[in-house]
Amino acid sequence: MPKDGIGASTKRREDIRFLTGNGRYTDDINLRGQAYVHFLRSEVAHGRIRSIDTSAASAMPGVIRIFTAEDFGHAGGLPCGWLVTDRFGEPMQEPKHPILAEGKVRHVGDPICGIVAETLEQARDAAEAIELDIEELPAVVDMRKALEDNSVKVHDDLTSNLCYDWGFVEENKEAVNAAFAEAAHVVSVELTNNRLCANPMEARVAIGDYDPWNEQHTLYTTSQNPHVIRLLMGAFVLSLPEHKLRIVAPDVGGGFGSKIYHYAEEAFCTHVAKVLRQPVKWTSTRSEAFISDAHARDHVSKVELALDKDHNFLAIRSTTLANMGAYLSTFAPSVPTWLHGTLMAGPYKTPLVYVNVKAVFTNTVAVDAYRGAGRPEATFQLERIIDKAARELGVDGVELRRKNFIKPEQFPYQTPVAVEYDSGNFHATMDKMLELSNYANLDKRVEESRKKGKLRGFGISQYIEACGIAPSHLVGQLGARAGLYETATVRVNATGSISVLTGCHSHGQGHETSFPQIVADMIGIDASQIDIVHGDTATTPMGMGTYGSRSMAVGGSALVKATNKIIDKAKKIAAHLLEASEADIELKDGKFSVAGTDKSVDWAGVTLAAYVPHNYPLESLEPGLEETAFYDPNNFTFPSGCYGCEIEVDPDTGKVEIMAFTAADDFGVVINPMIVEGQVHGGLAQGIGQALTENCVYDENGQLLTGSFMDYTMPRADDLPVFKVDHSCFTPCTHNPLGAKGCGEAGAIGAPPAVVNAVIDALHRAGHTHVQHINMPVTPARVWAAMNSK
Amino acid sequence: MNKISMTVNGKSVSADAEGRTLLSTYLRDGLGLTGTHVGCDTSQCGACVVHVDGQVVKSCSVLAMDVAGADIRTIEGVAAPDGTLSTLQQAFQDHHGLQCGFCTPGMIMSAAALLEENPKPSEAEIRHYLEGNICRCTGYHNIIKAVMAASGQDVSDMGTIAAE
Amino acid sequence: MYAFDFVKPATLADAVTALGQDGAMPLSGGQTLLPTMKQRLNSPETLVSLTGITDLKGVRREGDALVIGAATTHAEVARDAAGDYPGLAALAGQIGDPAVRSRGTLGGSIANNDPSACYPAAVLGSGATIITNMREISAGDFFQGMFATALEEGEIITAIRFPIPERSAYAKFHQPASRFALTGAFVAQYAGGVHVAITGASESGVFRWSEAEAALSGNFSPDALNGLSVPAKGMIGDLHGTPEYRAHLAGVMTRRAVAAAS
Repeated sequence: MPKDGIGASTKRREDIRFLTGNGRYTDDINLRGQAYVHFLRSEVAHGRIRSIDTSAASAMPGVIRIFTAEDFGHAGGLPCGWLVTDRFGEPMQEPKHPILAEGKVRHVGDPICGIVAETLEQARDAAEAIELDIEELPAVVDMRKALEDNSVKVHDDLTSNLCYDWGFVEENKEAVNAAFAEAAHVVSVELTNNRLCANPMEARVAIGDYDPWNEQHTLYTTSQNPHVIRLLMGAFVLSLPEHKLRIVAPDVGGGFGSKIYHYAEEAFCTHVAKVLRQPVKWTSTRSEAFISDAHARDHVSKVELALDKDHNFLAIRSTTLANMGAYLSTFAPSVPTWLHGTLMAGPYKTPLVYVNVKAVFTNTVAVDAYRGAGRPEATFQLERIIDKAARELGVDGVELRRKNFIKPEQFPYQTPVAVEYDSGNFHATMDKMLELSNYANLDKRVEESRKKGKLRGFGISQYIEACGIAPSHLVGQLGARAGLYETATVRVNATGSISVLTGCHSHGQGHETSFPQIVADMIGIDASQIDIVHGDTATTPMGMGTYGSRSMAVGGSALVKATNKIIDKAKKIAAHLLEASEADIELKDGKFSVAGTDKSVDWAGVTLAAYVPHNYPLESLEPGLEETAFYDPNNFTFPSGCYGCEIEVDPDTGKVEIMAFTAADDFGVVINPMIVEGQVHGGLAQGIGQALTENCVYDENGQLLTGSFMDYTMPRADDLPVFKVDHSCFTPCTHNPLGAKGCGEAGAIGAPPAVVNAVIDALHRAGHTHVQHINMPVTPARVWAAMNSK
Repeated sequence: MNKISMTVNGKSVSADAEGRTLLSTYLRDGLGLTGTHVGCDTSQCGACVVHVDGQVVKSCSVLAMDVAGADIRTIEGVAAPDGTLSTLQQAFQDHHGLQCGFCTPGMIMSAAALLEENPKPSEAEIRHYLEGNICRCTGYHNIIKAVMAASGQDVSDMGTIAAE
Repeated sequence: MYAFDFVKPATLADAVTALGQDGAMPLSGGQTLLPTMKQRLNSPETLVSLTGITDLKGVRREGDALVIGAATTHAEVARDAAGDYPGLAALAGQIGDPAVRSRGTLGGSIANNDPSACYPAAVLGSGATIITNMREISAGDFFQGMFATALEEGEIITAIRFPIPERSAYAKFHQPASRFALTGAFVAQYAGGVHVAITGASESGVFRWSEAEAALSGNFSPDALNGLSVPAKGMIGDLHGTPEYRAHLAGVMTRRAVAAAS
């Protein structure tokens, strides 16, 4: 194996440019003659646009043109990429999402006018001179109120604010109800999954450019999936054929889901650059990001668990209201349904599950996927209800979980919620977590904390998630309007170096380092001989991008497939050069040899022959060495693991401090352990952020109260602990060539219930047994209020 | 517009600025030094941290004209002229202290200032000093580890270290 | 930001002249003012930077008091006041973060009188005197409610005179996002009695908790505060904490400050 092959913690090559200030992010790009865009956005959550007078503003210094919805009459709305069918077999209600507001504004931040000027400040000055007459309408923010018969409607042309009423598995509903009716024990809890803002540190940017001589559009954008943007914007919004539309997503400063979606600003800049024959650039401020980036989570759920007298789980029943916001963002409908309901069995052998989800329109920013997407909501319900069940039944939470785990020998395991888990070992990750966290000595630590006036507690969360999305035929049946394969082109150059062109996109995940490790491992050459090209539709094959922890499991598998094609062809060339049979050619450490002989040719000898085919089997083989593979997975992958969170509560203030956090994950085969650990750390930080600090809060009028980092609490260095992470208890994925499962979202999925369970544990150990649940974020004020609520 | 001069990374430079031109804008747009990033508009995130006359400053919250004539150091001035990373930068690579790289310039500038003040900071001191630099990717674990390693402290119990 | 003219006078006299013009505003460290201006919530015609005036900078001992120039940064106070007035230095060292502390100034903070800022607690809790280009104002008269002070048009804070207490400490509970004080208590013991100033909690801005002062003047220990509480009425309620929570924190932070000072 070369030193930078599979399993090596190779240093990240991309770090050098980032560490020296030489990254090239979208806002670092300035095109000659570019103009600047500022969007005039709605300040009210709901209103009817009576008139827009741009005449005075248009005459202001530097103003090039002001655009309104009328200028986009030819364009389609921003498309939704997933059609959910409700439990009565009817399609969801799907409102139009215009680029600029048409007739009505539906959330604070809804763009009304796009002002293009020579400088950004001139555009902002002009925005203030636009005479806007908006009749403010009552806003609906609360989902329960939005579903009342007499509620204000977000969309006048829909029958109600209900997007869909989804049941899963609908056929099991009566059996689930019957199981509850006969159960020895029923436990229930109502909880919210708090609304979040992804907040990658780089806010969104879009630069539109147009070359009239070639009728070529280029959009530079902060995207996780440039090909998806090209498809959605080209085909559904602006009617531009792909060969005339190039999307470039250069270095991107984090995404976490929020940069998957096709946003209005992208279509605006692309179109306006052509109208004005001038590049136009829009850079979001952080404050603007809070009212224009898709938000996340925002579920209100009731979950119930039925158990028999021996504490075997009999059934799970879950009812959720899921906030869609004012419009359907690209993948929004799939999150509370297929990414959530299919995980409601968790790692447990519960035979019956019924999940009902009502998705609701409100006068808030659109909600879509964010790190975990649906799976954190499922895991939170399961791990909270099991924690509560253990307390109510007076049994150990560890034992209750163990008793109900799917056993290692039961894989592949068909769950009652459609998915089939291929592999896993929940007992192993739980044992590992308990060992690493020194759980056995917990009571002693609790006592030590008590002596210094602190309440210590420990929370457990055992998660399983589905990622590596996804089998295209399956998601097609479930309503996806796209395939979810991935691609790789392996372009071997004449002297043996390799360019890998991938449809994945790296915005922190380290693909530039880990993808070459695969090729280096397979061919046996040094990883420095291999470069990754990504982020530009002009140079990469059409792939679906990076999200849902899919890049290694799906994109990496495509890369294996393409590399195998390369090796197959290279062996044919080697056989010719060595005058041997192809079947006798062996590839080891970058050298082709004839089995049982000392005849060999090295990698560069073969690649050179491919491109200088003087001595080459031209009659049977094309020259050159370049292969593309499309990989469409057979199944989801199912990472799983066990998290332990140990906290102290300051009883005087209610403040929760994380004393230790232990993660034992099963990611299958790991390519670069150092990068994987980093992904876990980041996911844990976001999960802990959700549990303790982060919250998007609207007032009853639809004004966002947490519209900047002054009020939306991002976790800081001194809010987080040293993490103890382990991925040694692995069971390889059985259906992809790497055995890899994906690791990006695990931390954000598993962490929140571990934290909340720990807080409840601390309070119960200290005698505050009346506290059954505290909604996230578990802020000091909430903990103090809960403790003092008797 | 006025021509504003200052010393940036050891070189005398000048570029146009209005009264309202922020130091971050002056560096990025005026001088093309795009390593200094802007991640918020409320002086919270620290992606824009540079050194002004030896002190850590959020360059998005300082007017360029207010620091005319000052000695500025940005991320572009940290590595040796031949490109060799500083000890701190190298530690960030060795310990995977960055992912998307967007907060990294500010993080390096803050951490460098810390190490100048306090050559062997404890974990708690590092966390406290970096509270004005928000990272969304790393969970800070590997940043803390990198700063400790750069100051010569043992971090072998904090997870995997990069192989050469 | 709206466009404005920028001037940076080298003397107080020039600054006063510049600020006498219509639409002129002083700029000190700018850590609050500039973010506000980015939101276009302020539109000065001229910004007059005070950071070039050397007379406004520095920490010096004058008898039983510490006199700190208005344009002295938080970092400088944290460093240079540590010997004479450690409680004040420690408070300065808790404001914002290192980068904010190297620009933000004492005078700027006091003039803004953010109800969640730390400095007003030290100024009021020390019974300090605010020295301006026109007069001297006692801390009790200076703070006049949220974002309101006794400063008049064109009046510039030049320095603040802090009587040095026998002992003092500040306990701060962070508003977790902004890192301002959700509630902070500054406690200082003088020969004439104990001062307790609470910031972050009240809708009227920083205030002195007289009951606690009376109790602590007799017995400077956390136990002296047993049974005392700040009424919730008039406290700030927002998404970070209810009035009841802030009132409770006022008690907790005062106890902690007393313990730290003891």
